[in-house]
Amino acid sequence: MEKKTCLYDRHVALGALMSPFGGFIMPIQYTNITDEHHAVRNDCGVFDVSHMGEVRITGPDAERYVQHIFTNDIAGAPVGQIYYGMMLYPNGGTVDDLLVYKMGENDFFLVINAANIDKDVDWMKQHATGFNINLEHQSDQYGQLAVQGPQAETVVEEVLGIPCRELKFYTTKVVGDLIVSRTGYTGEDGFEIYGTHQFTQQAWDKLIQSGRCKPCGLGCRDTLRFEVGLPLYGDELSADISPVMAGLSMFCKLDKPEFIGKEALEEQKANGVEQKLVGIELTDKAIPRHGYPVLNAEGEQVGEVTTGYHCLSVDKSVCMALVKTNYAKLDTTLYIQIRKKVFEGKVVKKKFYDKHYKK
Amino acid sequence: MAKFEEGLRYSESHEYIRVEGEYGYIGISDYAQHALGNVVYVDMPEVDDEVTAGEEFGAVESVKAASDLISPVSGTVVEINEALEDTPELLNEDAFANWIIKVKLSDPSELDKLMDAEAYKTICN
Repeated sequence: MEKKTCLYDRHVALGALMSPFGGFIMPIQYTNITDEHHAVRNDCGVFDVSHMGEVRITGPDAERYVQHIFTNDIAGAPVGQIYYGMMLYPNGGTVDDLLVYKMGENDFFLVINAANIDKDVDWMKQHATGFNINLEHQSDQYGQLAVQGPQAETVVEEVLGIPCRELKFYTTKVVGDLIVSRTGYTGEDGFEIYGTHQFTQQAWDKLIQSGRCKPCGLGCRDTLRFEVGLPLYGDELSADISPVMAGLSMFCKLDKPEFIGKEALEEQKANGVEQKLVGIELTDKAIPRHGYPVLNAEGEQVGEVTTGYHCLSVDKSVCMALVKTNYAKLDTTLYIQIRKKVFEGKVVKKKFYDKHYKK
Repeated sequence: MAKFEEGLRYSESHEYIRVEGEYGYIGISDYAQHALGNVVYVDMPEVDDEVTAGEEFGAVESVKAASDLISPVSGTVVEINEALEDTPELLNEDAFANWIIKVKLSDPSELDKLMDAEAYKTICN
């Protein structure tokens, strides 16, 4: 039985198409994915992302503990800074990708993927031995809204009355009992606001009633994140896909003294990996989907599509795919089997549309 | 609200066929285009391909997913709607005016197994 977020009744009232995602019943679209996608690229959209999980780590060893389980380096970070990175298995496979918010000295707020909440919290608890920390799982306490798009700053300030103009990209601040950050998963400027269920419901109503912010479902959240090359756990990252394979080494600081999975990543960096994540652009309009085989000129399977779409911001059929490393060079010709037919494509950068962050 | 055009035969998988003599024009119902959302690609067979009743002959893709097209009848493809190659969204504008393939029927008795508009409407509700 899927969980409902605190905005479930509102989604249903808006006529959203509801579907299971990550253990929750979530809105996929309200009107249609294309309109919602363009609203975020050109104006402003609001997403219910209350399904995301939250964990608070405090205590004398909090920083040392986060450094132990997290690939990025938070040493000496200023309060308010946010880091993206992963938790890894010792073999380098990915437990989850997450955001770490530095709320204070030895006080961190971790945001994890809905589908991984139970697994992640278990993982964190298992690896807390020997650290003097308090680990509080807070997913049920918080609702979360993502207000995204070029108008997001104005909308958050004027409709919600939350001052956010001075927040820099990937920083956070506390406003009353809210946590507000300049972050998102769309490639546009935007904010994520964590608050009580009551706040989340009231803020949602204000945003929708203002008419300045389109309700957006997880359908366009996926097309938006995909075309700017952001990974989704389960597609581009998994227990079998390390950040090195996924091209995310920049978020794994191998000069840190230690973190779980560090030795495996060092080995992968030194000896290379068997598969790499690439972008592929097709010459035809046929659409590659998750799981479709990637073939070489001889027709042998050399990889698999992780996410694919007919890209909405640039009129092209593109995908991300995990392929054997010797087929991962830019401009390599590859083929994708789509139902009974085979379509030609070439390896391109796995970013099909430029991000428009306000830094 | 979805439209259910009279005079057509419908399948449970939401294709319709408009029969004219020994030929049939096959497309997807208005209900189906509505359920799919924005159509962004139509995968069509080639002229002279054989299609078989109950078997897949192509696909209609929305932003999010691909849905197989299942032929309501058996026969030979004599024409495809080439306008859909560049303008797949025609299916959203008018699914009944924009058929997908024209087929020469090999077994017109198969039409008896399909539903009329009234019966099809019942399974959509």
